Amino acid sequence: MNMIQRVFLVLAVLSLGGCADLKELTGTSDAPIEDHGASTAAAQGTAGTNGSQGVETAALPAAGSGDVRAMAANQQNAESQSGRSSVVGVSTAQAAMLKDPNNPLSKRVIYFDFDSDAIKDEFRGLIEAHAGFLKRNSAARIILQGHTDERGSRDYNLALGQRRAESVKQALVLMGVQNDQVETVSLGEEKPVAEGHDESAWKQNRRDEIHYLGE
Amino acid sequence: MSFFFRLLAAACAFLAAALPGHVQAGMTIEIVGAAANRIPVVIAPFLPAGASGDDPAEIIRADLSRSGLFKMVDGNGLGKPGEAQSVDYGQWRDRAADALVVGQVSHAADGRLDIRFRLYDVVRKTQLAGFSYLVPPTMNRSIAHKIADLVHEKLIGEPGNFSGRVAYILKHNGRYELQVADSDGVNAFTVVRSPEPIISPVWSPNGSKLAYVSFEQKKPVVYVQSLTDGRRKAVANFRGSNYSPAWSPDGSKLAISLSKDDIAQIYLIGADGGDARRLSKSGALETEPAFSPDGRWLYFTSDRGGSPQIYRMPVDGGEAKRMTFEGAYNVSPAISPDGKYLAYVRRDGGSFHVAVQDLENGQTQVLTDTQFDESPSFAPNSRNILYATMVNGRGVLATVSVDGRVKQRLTISGDLREPAWAP
Repeated sequence: MNMIQRVFLVLAVLSLGGCADLKELTGTSDAPIEDHGASTAAAQGTAGTNGSQGVETAALPAAGSGDVRAMAANQQNAESQSGRSSVVGVSTAQAAMLKDPNNPLSKRVIYFDFDSDAIKDEFRGLIEAHAGFLKRNSAARIILQGHTDERGSRDYNLALGQRRAESVKQALVLMGVQNDQVETVSLGEEKPVAEGHDESAWKQNRRDEIHYLGE
Repeated sequence: MSFFFRLLAAACAFLAAALPGHVQAGMTIEIVGAAANRIPVVIAPFLPAGASGDDPAEIIRADLSRSGLFKMVDGNGLGKPGEAQSVDYGQWRDRAADALVVGQVSHAADGRLDIRFRLYDVVRKTQLAGFSYLVPPTMNRSIAHKIADLVHEKLIGEPGNFSGRVAYILKHNGRYELQVADSDGVNAFTVVRSPEPIISPVWSPNGSKLAYVSFEQKKPVVYVQSLTDGRRKAVANFRGSNYSPAWSPDGSKLAISLSKDDIAQIYLIGADGGDARRLSKSGALETEPAFSPDGRWLYFTSDRGGSPQIYRMPVDGGEAKRMTFEGAYNVSPAISPDGKYLAYVRRDGGSFHVAVQDLENGQTQVLTDTQFDESPSFAPNSRNILYATMVNGRGVLATVSVDGRVKQRLTISGDLREPAWAP
């Protein structure tokens, strides 16, 4: 599916301001003896943007001197995600089968220990089931999404999520799945499934999710 | 003003109502620790009793007390001393004040404000500073912050951070906003709003741009946005994850983390995008680059030794040296603008604390007692560290001085995270 994201940016900057004069006051009487002539300026202004993707950006109220100084309108070009050929992915019938709760392939989540990408024995069966399906269906593609709990560094958690995704990918490849059937991404700690701030929430959030393309 | 300009101005005003812009919600700042010996000062009112408008004296008092380094001495009953009068030092000494600020605000003929102040050393009976600022009325608050910076500098020996700005992410109502506010939380302004997460805002060295990571394309992509015109560009959108931006001190490059060749490695790209040059070459997780202020070193987090620790390597290539040793989880390096300190987050048992290492002698001190600290960022004067933590299950911002003595907490309705102090 080709997904086009269009972010329109309509920008208008209005800045109003004036110069500021700075004088040093010395002695105990009101007798300024030095004029620094430093100038800073304040401005009132606003900028707005809008986008069909729901992302909006704006400028800060501009700093500068002068009266009505700058106005601009601008369109940000559309950005697109890479499109995929329609020959890969699962069929509608397969998609229904993959989601059938009685089917082992409906189990899609692999959980991890803190700061670990080691696959626990209890998830071997789940991974083997998906490996079997991917091997039988060479057009099937999955995205492995790595996630972490909220603790520690967001950036390190993005790296750790990537490694969790790679860890399961390596297991699948060792089981005979083709490299290009599996794409790995990390969302770090940004997309928790449980919102709490204790171990019962964290253990649900340290996970890999398997998503089939086209389902 | 032409009709065209007036029309655009009206469009601006309309857009401002619905789109990113000034934020209503107020931020609350709470002081949770103070220096042992605070300097007693009187900030006399700048406006006569009953006058309307913001009195700069109130803003200066709030700034100075928030720093935890000053004790506000009550000048009540002594009236509003004239800015140009000779000072009766005895009456202020009787109130146990060491320093006195007097000032006034008057209206110039052209509509600008004339804000004047003088700072006196009450013990030595001398004037330490005196300035007159002729400014548009909109600059009332910023001049008050400048005066507070100067009072801090004259009495402490280094400038204050009161004129500074901070960037941070606010999550509320399921949306993510990148906001910029004055360091007292006033004048919060939304520069990006998105239904998907935004993380890692970092200021360009001249403060005119922000780099940040947005998940709007369902994966992390690094953007650079101008704060003067609001335009932005995806500067790193390679296959896989793109995150952890850090500006080079000259503003020409960004160090970032990419997963395009390996799980997580550090690369250099131009500040407006282009090809990525790989800097780290290990099979480990390497992320969170941070330049030293002289641009020679890159500090970063790596788990090449089996647990995440902070290392540094020469930007031009060469061996990396491990910087942290205590504990099994040391992440998120930040280098003070004066190059003397390395702040980072360290895990102790189930808690994550901000720690600081003196880069000259290697001594390390844990500064905080909050439980889930993240994202330390230095103030421009290298004296305070701004970081994110959690209080009662909600994200708040907090500051701590590098000696660990002075602590503040900034809260707002919604989750605050990922703070960055403007240069």
